[in-house]
Amino acid sequence: MNPSNGKGSISMASPSASWRAGDGVPDQFPAGLRVLVVDDDPTCLVILEKMLRKCLYEVTKCDRAETALSLLRENKNGFDIVISDVHMPDMDGFKLLEHIGLEMDLPVIMMSADDGKDVVMKGVTHGACDYLIKPVRREALKNIWQHVVRKRRNEWRDFEQSGSLEEGDRQQKQSDEADYSSSANEGNWKNSKKRKDDEEEPEERDDTSTLKKPRVVWSVELHQQFVGAVNQLGIDKAVPKKILELMNVPGLTRENVASHLQKYRLYLRRLSGVSSHPNNLTGSFMNPQEATFGQLSSLNGLELQSLAATGPFTAHSLATLQAAGLGRSTAKSGIHMPLVDQRNLFSFENPKLRLGEGQQQLMPSNKQIGLLHGIPTNMEPKQLANLHHTAQSIGNMNMQVNSQGGQNSQNNSLLMQMAQSQSRGQIPNEMTGGHVPRLPSTIGQPILTTGIGANVSPRNGIPENIRSAGYNPVSQTSSMLNFPMNNASELPVNGFPLGSTSGVSSLPSKGSFQPDVNSDIKGSVGFIPSFDIFNDLQQHKSQHWELDNVGITFDASRHSNSAQGSLDLAQSVLAHQGFPSGQMTGQNRNTATIGNTMFSSNNGTENGNAQNVSPHLNALLFDNPIRVKTETFHDSNPAIIFPEPFGQEDLMSALLKQQEGMPPAEHEFDIDGYSMDDISV
Amino acid sequence: MEVGQMQRRLVDYTKSLFMEGFLDSQFLQLQQLQDENNPDFVVEVVSLFFEDSEKLLNELTRALDQTNVEFKKVDAHVHQLKGSSSSIGAQRVKNACIAFRNFCEEQNTEACMRCLQQVKQEYYLVKNKLETMFRLEQQIVAAGGSIPIIEMSS
Repeated sequence: MNPSNGKGSISMASPSASWRAGDGVPDQFPAGLRVLVVDDDPTCLVILEKMLRKCLYEVTKCDRAETALSLLRENKNGFDIVISDVHMPDMDGFKLLEHIGLEMDLPVIMMSADDGKDVVMKGVTHGACDYLIKPVRREALKNIWQHVVRKRRNEWRDFEQSGSLEEGDRQQKQSDEADYSSSANEGNWKNSKKRKDDEEEPEERDDTSTLKKPRVVWSVELHQQFVGAVNQLGIDKAVPKKILELMNVPGLTRENVASHLQKYRLYLRRLSGVSSHPNNLTGSFMNPQEATFGQLSSLNGLELQSLAATGPFTAHSLATLQAAGLGRSTAKSGIHMPLVDQRNLFSFENPKLRLGEGQQQLMPSNKQIGLLHGIPTNMEPKQLANLHHTAQSIGNMNMQVNSQGGQNSQNNSLLMQMAQSQSRGQIPNEMTGGHVPRLPSTIGQPILTTGIGANVSPRNGIPENIRSAGYNPVSQTSSMLNFPMNNASELPVNGFPLGSTSGVSSLPSKGSFQPDVNSDIKGSVGFIPSFDIFNDLQQHKSQHWELDNVGITFDASRHSNSAQGSLDLAQSVLAHQGFPSGQMTGQNRNTATIGNTMFSSNNGTENGNAQNVSPHLNALLFDNPIRVKTETFHDSNPAIIFPEPFGQEDLMSALLKQQEGMPPAEHEFDIDGYSMDDISV
Repeated sequence: MEVGQMQRRLVDYTKSLFMEGFLDSQFLQLQQLQDENNPDFVVEVVSLFFEDSEKLLNELTRALDQTNVEFKKVDAHVHQLKGSSSSIGAQRVKNACIAFRNFCEEQNTEACMRCLQQVKQEYYLVKNKLETMFRLEQQIVAAGGSIPIIEMSS
């Protein structure tokens, strides 16, 4: 009655997919699956361990939930799946489940001798992917790998936004006999895996094999190609298939294009109407994985959102971006800050506010932000570059532009331009390639000092930086804040020099972000830090552009200290936002390098970045009057740039609020082309 | 006694344990987990179980002795015991625990104390049986024989 083969019969031996479950066990999935077992009962623990070993899994056992959590935290990618008991003395199993889901997002299986319906239901509501009743049999354990596969597929699918991927291939996996698994769902992991591999973007393949969601990274170049193709076809006639053909990128699938197109469309829509569309935001934000390039979308945060959706835009980045509002979320690769909030961010009414707010929010809670999706762009260095992509920077740009103070209109146009230009490929530089520049705090305080409000003379040039639309508003805000401040001189961030490396230009306004600026960057120097912070954040968080960054960076500027952190966020946000955060770090290409600096600094230390950002911001600000509505963070109070130290939560909530109802007023994404890309994250 | 005989004795003995409900199929799973790498796996796990259970039983005794019995605590202990006994296949112990939990819910101290007695009894019984079985196994091994695999095909 036992499984026929006494040994860990992983009959799945389908070496086809190079699914590397754990290191060193390629093509033998599910063998080598790394399981963490948590149970306070020593007897059960030993038995489970043995059973799992028999299934050829790599097992780590733990008798306390706290230990398990720290193990997971230290080793973020060290495990593929967790099995936990429900009743444990030190921490409730469901609580652990929640933690894991939030922090590591791993599939978790609950188990218990308790088979009461309510307990099982609790498991479901808390997000467990399965529930096993003790005594656990080996057959049940044999198939737990399906949860890992399923999760990946789902993530990937969401990412792609095109559910068609796997549908076709659902084949019954050649599973070994048992269908004992408690879940009946056995996707064809092999196929999906294969598919994923195939569709993996050339740029980013590393994920596939590690059971991570494969991400199609919409790099700046890729995005430009995309935009080029779309323009060639005409936006109305642009269908994924044709776009794909025109782009002629190996490894890119129709689905990738389709989802990216969807986001792009949203972005454009936003650009034209800055209509905050919470849904869109969310949508785009949902694809954190997708690098939503700030596609030329208007820098308004809105755009960012859509952009964020595109490409492997991590929610974080988006969030950060948004948070940063500063638009310049340094495109911290990976930090795709959901543009959603960006909108607000961009409305850089108070440059300061935004920055500050953004900063605050940005404070990385990486997780939090996710709002910034607009700021797509892989936060990776490449991403940053992408961010710079005008498209991306849009978000940032906005931010920046806004900060410029009212140059919004300019910014917007700039952004738009940028966006356009981006498509043309102009922006590409902004982020000088992944320059996720944490806007080095070089941005300088100067910007801030002037109170970002100062003329953020729209840098018309900036638009480029703004990366068209993609600017993460977040970054913008930050930049904006700073810049106007410092640059009183025209930082019309609008122009965020598209060329400028990454939206950092948008940051120019930020320039003032000095991460270290403890004093609020509000307008004055304080801002810069925010930017930097953002940048830093962005950069740091390269993968995560959590909104935290974005928002926070802005806030950071405000709070100076906090700003730092936030700046990073902001920076990151900004950077992510599409601003090639690289820009920030000094890429400030055209626009206010100030802003850039700020952002670019993101990567590094927040503090440092903030500094960088500041200068950059200034630049950005000047260039683009992108109004980074940083405020998005706030609950859409553009005016409140720095007022309160936004905690991440605030920022997040602000962003979220923005999302929900983006207070239109708030966003002023003037930053047209504010490529927030600069927000080097 | 020669090896063959000992082996037969062991098989019969083990089978009877199953028949009488002391052990269930989960125990077989444990046996199947045992292999050359872990030749004493079953013994180890069962020993762990003994240790753990005794601790739990002591806790339970103490808890029920209180003037104000904390039923939640009692229930938690019983639940744990239920989990571990079911994991090794100590069926009767597990069943006794289930009954115990019901009374815990009702917060019936008297009945709980009775249940505890029941659980203890079952526990000592199965402990005894398993120890006997292990002894038999040891003897076989000492005499150079190998442990027969029980096929509970019935």
